[in-house]
Amino acid sequence: MNQNTTADIQEHTVDESICSSENLVYTKPQTLTDDPMHYCPGCGHGTAHKILMEVVDELGLQSQTIGIAPVGCSVFAYHYLNVDMQEAAHGRACAVATGVKRMMPDKYVFTYQGDGDLAAIGTAETIHAANRGENFLVVFINNGIYGMTSGQMAPTTLPGMFSTTSPYGRDVETMGYPLKIADLLALLPGVAYVTRQAVHTPANVRKAKKAMKNAFEYQKKKLGLCLVEIVTNCPSNWKMEPLESNQFVNDKMIPFYQLGDIKKPEVK
Amino acid sequence: MGEIKLMKGNEALAEAMIRAGCDGYFGYPITPQSEVLEYLSREATKRTGMVVLQAESEIASINMIYGAAGCGRRVMTTSSSPGISLMQEGLSYLAGAEIPCVVANINRGGPGLGTIQPAQGDYFQTVKGGGHGDYHLITLAPSSVQEMVDFVKLGFDLAEKYRNPVMLLTDGAIGQMMEKVELFDQMPRKTKFEDWCTTGKPEGEDRRYLTSLYIKPEKMEQINLGLQAKYRKVEENEIRYETINIEDADYIFTGYGLGARICMKAMEIARAKGHKVGLIRPISLYPFPYDLYASTAGRVKGILDVELNAGQMVWDVRYAVKDKTPVEFYGRMGGIIPSPDEIIDHFEKHLLNRGTK
Repeated sequence: MNQNTTADIQEHTVDESICSSENLVYTKPQTLTDDPMHYCPGCGHGTAHKILMEVVDELGLQSQTIGIAPVGCSVFAYHYLNVDMQEAAHGRACAVATGVKRMMPDKYVFTYQGDGDLAAIGTAETIHAANRGENFLVVFINNGIYGMTSGQMAPTTLPGMFSTTSPYGRDVETMGYPLKIADLLALLPGVAYVTRQAVHTPANVRKAKKAMKNAFEYQKKKLGLCLVEIVTNCPSNWKMEPLESNQFVNDKMIPFYQLGDIKKPEVK
Repeated sequence: MGEIKLMKGNEALAEAMIRAGCDGYFGYPITPQSEVLEYLSREATKRTGMVVLQAESEIASINMIYGAAGCGRRVMTTSSSPGISLMQEGLSYLAGAEIPCVVANINRGGPGLGTIQPAQGDYFQTVKGGGHGDYHLITLAPSSVQEMVDFVKLGFDLAEKYRNPVMLLTDGAIGQMMEKVELFDQMPRKTKFEDWCTTGKPEGEDRRYLTSLYIKPEKMEQINLGLQAKYRKVEENEIRYETINIEDADYIFTGYGLGARICMKAMEIARAKGHKVGLIRPISLYPFPYDLYASTAGRVKGILDVELNAGQMVWDVRYAVKDKTPVEFYGRMGGIIPSPDEIIDHFEKHLLNRGTK
C-alpha cells in the first residue's frame, strides 16, 4: 500500500516555528522568475538555469547582465531567467550576443544553448564568435539529443546511441561522429576558458556553478570567450526514468565527454 | 546647406550612416556593395566610435543587427541579392520581435549566383515577404546618390517610429555611380534608449525580453493583429512618391529606383516627340502608392511600367488600376540596363494609339 494514511500526513506537518530567517538555508535567487518551468521531470535544464542565475545574483549583476535564449528545449529560458533577455533564431545566439556585447562592452552577456543549436545549425556563429574572442559566456547544454523536437539525433549523440532518427543506434559510418565542439573551440586563441561540467550529482552541481562564476570573472577581465559545457540528461527522449538517465550520464556520457577544464586562462 | 561632395552611391550610403549617428554596422563583403564595409572600416570608428564588424556571413550579420538593435542602438547592414536571401530568416525575426534597423540591398542580377550587374529582381522578395510569416519591411527605393544619403536618415526615423526593419532597395548602378551629393551634418549618437530595449534590467523595474515566440495560438493571433494594425498605420502615413507631368498626361511611364531614372529620360524624349507622357516614381515600395495609380486609371490612355526584371512591381500597378487602363511592361534582366530609346520603341509599338486602330 502506497497511499498515505492520515497519520503519515500528520507526521510530516511542518513546525511553523522553524520558519524564520536565521534558519533559512536555501532560497530561490531573485534572478529566477516565479514562472513554473516547463522542463520534464528530472531534466538538467532546471539545475543549470538555477546555478547560472545564482551566480548572477551572488555577483550582484542582475542589472548588468543580458542573456540570449536559443531554440530548443530551453527556448523559453527568457521566461525563467530574470534578466534582460533576447530570443535568438535557431543557432544564431552567438551572433546575437556579439551584437549585444559590441554595443555594450561593459555589460555581462551570456548565451544559453543546446547541442543542436550550438553545435549543428549554429556551428559557424559559435566558432567565429569564439575566434573573434568575443567577451561573453556560452552555456552549452549537451544531452546528446534534440529534446524539443522529441528525440532526434544530435551532433553530440554517442556512437550506437538510439534516437528517433538513429533508431538502430548511431552508425558513425553513415551518420558521422559525435562532435566534441568544446575541445575544438579550446584550440582557438580567442577562447579564454573551456570547461566541461555536469549537474547529475550535488558535487557536480557545485563544480558547475564554480565554473560559471569563473566565467563571469573572466568576462569582467575581458579575456575572451568562455564556454561552460554541461553534460546532462534527457529522461523523456532517452526514454529512461530520471535516476536511470543520471546513471547513463555517469556511465556513458561522461566517459566520452570527460569532465574538467579543457582550457583555462592564466590569471595573475 | 550641407557639405557638397562628389561621391559613389555606396560610399555616400556609408557616409550617411556615420553622420546619422549610427552605433554599429555588421556586414559581409559581396559585389556590388563591398565599398560600404570598406569605407566604414576606414572612416567610421575613428570619427564617431561607431562599431564596424566584418561578420562571417550575412546570416551572422543580420543576427548581430538583431542583438545590437535589441539594445536600442542604431545599426545597419548592407548586402546584395544572394546575401539578402541569407538574411531573410533574420528579417522575419526582427519584424516579429519588432526590432528597428535599416538594411540596404544593392540589388544584382539573379536568380542564384546570377551576375554582379545591377538588377531589380528582388522586388517580390522585399515587398511580398521574403522571410516566413505575415510581416512587412518598410521599403524605400533610392534613385540617386542623394537619396542613398537621405534615405539612411529617413530609414532610421521610420524604423524607430514603427519599431520595424526598413529596407533600402537599390541596385548596383546606384551603388556604383558617382554623383553630386549634399550631406547632412553629423548627428550625435544616441545616449538614451527606449524602455523596451534590453540594456540590462533597470533597478526596481521589470526586466525586458525580446521574442517572436508565442506558443498559444490565441496569443500568437493577437500579436499578428497588433502587427497588422501597425502596418495599416504605415500604409496610412508613410506612402512616398514623386510625380512629374502627370496632370496633363495621356500616358504614364512608371518605375522605381534606376528604372525610374531611365523612364525620366524616356519621358523627355516622348514629350519632345509630342506625346504627353508623365512619370510616377514610387519612393516607398511598401507601403505602395496604390491610390495614386488608381487615381490615374481611366484618365490616362495607358501606363508603361519599366523595371530591371521580368515584371514584378507591375503586378502592384495592375492591381491598383484594375482593368480601367492598359498597363504595359518593359524590362531587361540579368544585369542589362534598358535604354530610353528601347522604352520609347516599346511605348510606340505596344501602348501608343492602342485600341484606336
